Amino acid sequence: MSVQKIVDRCQALYDDLDFTVVKEWKAKEEGRKAIGYMPVYVPREIIHAAGMLPVGVIGGGDQLEVIHGDAYYQSYICRIPRSTIELGVTGRLDCVDGMLFPSICDVIRNLSGMWKLLFKDKYVRYFDAPQTYDDKIGGKFYVQELRELIEGLEELGGKKITEEAIHNSIAVYNENRAVIEDLYAYRSKCPWKALTSEIYLLLFAGMVLPVEEHTQLLRDYLEAVDKEDRPMRDNCRVVLNGTFCERPPLGLIKSIEMAGCYIVDDDFMLVTRWLLEDVPTTGDPVQNLADAFLHHSAETAAKYVDSYEAKGQFIVESVKKYAAEGVVFAAPSFCDPALLDQPMLHTALNDNNIPFTAFQYAENSGQMQPIREQAGTFADSIKLWSA
Amino acid sequence: MSVKEQASTVAEKEDSMWKQKEMINENYELLSTANERGQKVASTFVPGNINELLMCFDFARNFPETNALQNAMRKKSGGMIMEAEKIGHSEDVCTYVKADLGMMMKGNKGPTGLPMPDPDLLMLSYTGCFTFMKWFELVREQYPKCETAMLHVPYQADGNITKNMRDYVVKQLKEDIIPTMERVSGVKFDIDRLREYMIQSQKAEDDLVYVLQSAKNKPSPIDAYFGGVYYIGPIFTAFRGTTAATDYYATLRKEIEARVAAGLGPITPEGVMKEEKYRIVVEGPPNWTHFREFWKMFYDEGAVVVASTYTKVGGVYDNGFRHDPQNPLESLADYCLGCYTNLNLPARTDMLEKYVEDYQADGLLINSIKSCNSFSAGQLLMLREIEQRTGKPAAFIETDLVDPRYFSPANVKNRLESYFQMISQKRDRAA
Ligand code: SF4
Ligand code: SF4
Repeated sequence: MSVQKIVDRCQALYDDLDFTVVKEWKAKEEGRKAIGYMPVYVPREIIHAAGMLPVGVIGGGDQLEVIHGDAYYQSYICRIPRSTIELGVTGRLDCVDGMLFPSICDVIRNLSGMWKLLFKDKYVRYFDAPQTYDDKIGGKFYVQELRELIEGLEELGGKKITEEAIHNSIAVYNENRAVIEDLYAYRSKCPWKALTSEIYLLLFAGMVLPVEEHTQLLRDYLEAVDKEDRPMRDNCRVVLNGTFCERPPLGLIKSIEMAGCYIVDDDFMLVTRWLLEDVPTTGDPVQNLADAFLHHSAETAAKYVDSYEAKGQFIVESVKKYAAEGVVFAAPSFCDPALLDQPMLHTALNDNNIPFTAFQYAENSGQMQPIREQAGTFADSIKLWSA
Repeated sequence: MSVKEQASTVAEKEDSMWKQKEMINENYELLSTANERGQKVASTFVPGNINELLMCFDFARNFPETNALQNAMRKKSGGMIMEAEKIGHSEDVCTYVKADLGMMMKGNKGPTGLPMPDPDLLMLSYTGCFTFMKWFELVREQYPKCETAMLHVPYQADGNITKNMRDYVVKQLKEDIIPTMERVSGVKFDIDRLREYMIQSQKAEDDLVYVLQSAKNKPSPIDAYFGGVYYIGPIFTAFRGTTAATDYYATLRKEIEARVAAGLGPITPEGVMKEEKYRIVVEGPPNWTHFREFWKMFYDEGAVVVASTYTKVGGVYDNGFRHDPQNPLESLADYCLGCYTNLNLPARTDMLEKYVEDYQADGLLINSIKSCNSFSAGQLLMLREIEQRTGKPAAFIETDLVDPRYFSPANVKNRLESYFQMISQKRDRAA
């Protein structure tokens, strides 16, 4: 398959606000179920092991007309919950049989209760993850949380989720994570070939496609894109941070690229890269998932960093790992986690003489000119410094 | 004011009010000298505070949220917030955090003008609000050597406390929080001391519940929002578990009992409220920058708040929960888990519905706070639910806690007046 074909397919999935691909998957077999989840992380392995389709619900993006959703939220609350409500009340999410709301912030937390009030016939679970990382304390709590999730899905699906099934699903997701790691490594090596505007769409496809299909799609892309002859520009290399929840418009990613920045690391659709190492496929699978969460998972504003020294180091390391020259902070307007976290990341970057720039966006931002200009000025200044 | 009113209000009112004022001032004095006296200082949050436990280690207790609101009432918070925004804190985030950071930047003088101490422990009781975590990560930047203890309190997502949640909190207390407190303070933990404090807490909690529930009377002897925020002051902060707090609540209770017996309405800054025209339930925190002005908009119209959810942020006691000296750590866990903003939206909605019914209210008013996603996200749905369930009218206003830029007196007043009118009309139609 050509790069264009793959990207077109992903773009179609991105644009489809009716989750047609999910409906099609369900229609293939009687009794199939799909479980929606919001950012930033849920253990999709467990949903997969239940024979269900995990579906990432990352708001509605810039193509969804929000008519009802605004009536549920004050003007000073970010966009993603209102477009998610819009998807719900307009029936577009009828195809998901349950929704998981991870413990990322108070908005998504409260949305879990709203979902309970609005969609009484659906399975709704607030997925609480520990903010303490001792195996005997936070670990124990988390294992039990996972077991409760398993029980809930067993009840919904009417069948047991076996250890073997979870092991298999872990292996399937390990593969997916590995190929995404390859993709990120490849982009870092050839950012003029694997463009972030394409990677963004590729990862989005992973929100709605069955994981096996997604893994294959990524492999196909890697193979195809390597054969492409694309012009190498004199762009600077940047890490993009702050996009872990409300989705940035595709136009925003393109604008950053067009302004002269190659994005070499990012934090969108973090669920796909949350676990940083392969999860073992032997032993107690639930314990394995818990260990991975506790000790080998990504860092983001929604997660507590238990020491002053460690705060912000992940972004410094990301800059080093991907040989970036600066950081672009793009945070959703009114996003407390991202916006409260940012000054601390600024400190870490300043301490390491890493330049950065910051702006805000909303999933439905239309005006990209100011962002392009700001990113352009930033790219120019980096080039000037490094000259 | 009649002689009877004077006798039963002013003198007794002043008793409890003076007591509280003294307690607060003393605490600020204590805090201001703590570093030089060598007393260890813990900063912590109101929801899910483990005050009795902190007292077991002789910590002086500092509550940044209270500092922010006290600064706001003294019209100082605006400048502090601007100061924090100047160095890059976003306009969009919680203003409590910015008021606190701004206070530090402006020389770290507390609301009473006395210097605030450097903390020895940031007791991050992570209950019911995501922002708390970021807040203390930010404060930690200013005090890199200060220890931070995270007490993660899971959210009551399904409307109940599970064994896993309780065990998790208790385990953190036993294996992490208490050892950290011992290390920082140099004081050995004595569970009997904790039990003693909890005996005091229980008594105060009983009296507080009496006071809050006295609003079921007609007329209500209290305003459960504007007056209520004073009543919760000691028990939500550094004093729960002290004999001073127990005395305060015993005094307060007597005052209210006398008011009930005399059939009196609440005391306002302009004297006793004459006629109770509207009985309102309020959801959401108050605005602190224009507190008096805001209150006046109610009592001028004869509106009394008979129940509020804000007076449950530092503990929900009217459902029967009490700190339990027999099971001190478990009850600390249940206390934290049960705070209002740690309850899910359906439970919060049920609570409001019950308040409207039990307190024979005319309706619900939501004061939606720009700063506070924890409170605010979902309130418009709650409003609709309550209207549907109770058939009573509900209204919505928007203000902020401590940022004076977000209090628009004319707008708020207009909204309130039309709301009260709506209640009147509804009543007339029903009559
Ligand atoms: S964008 Fe930020 S504030 Fe909004 S739901 Fe996501 S994490 Fe929460
Ligand atoms: S977000 Fe709300 S609960 Fe949290 S610190 Fe701010 S005002 Fe308090």
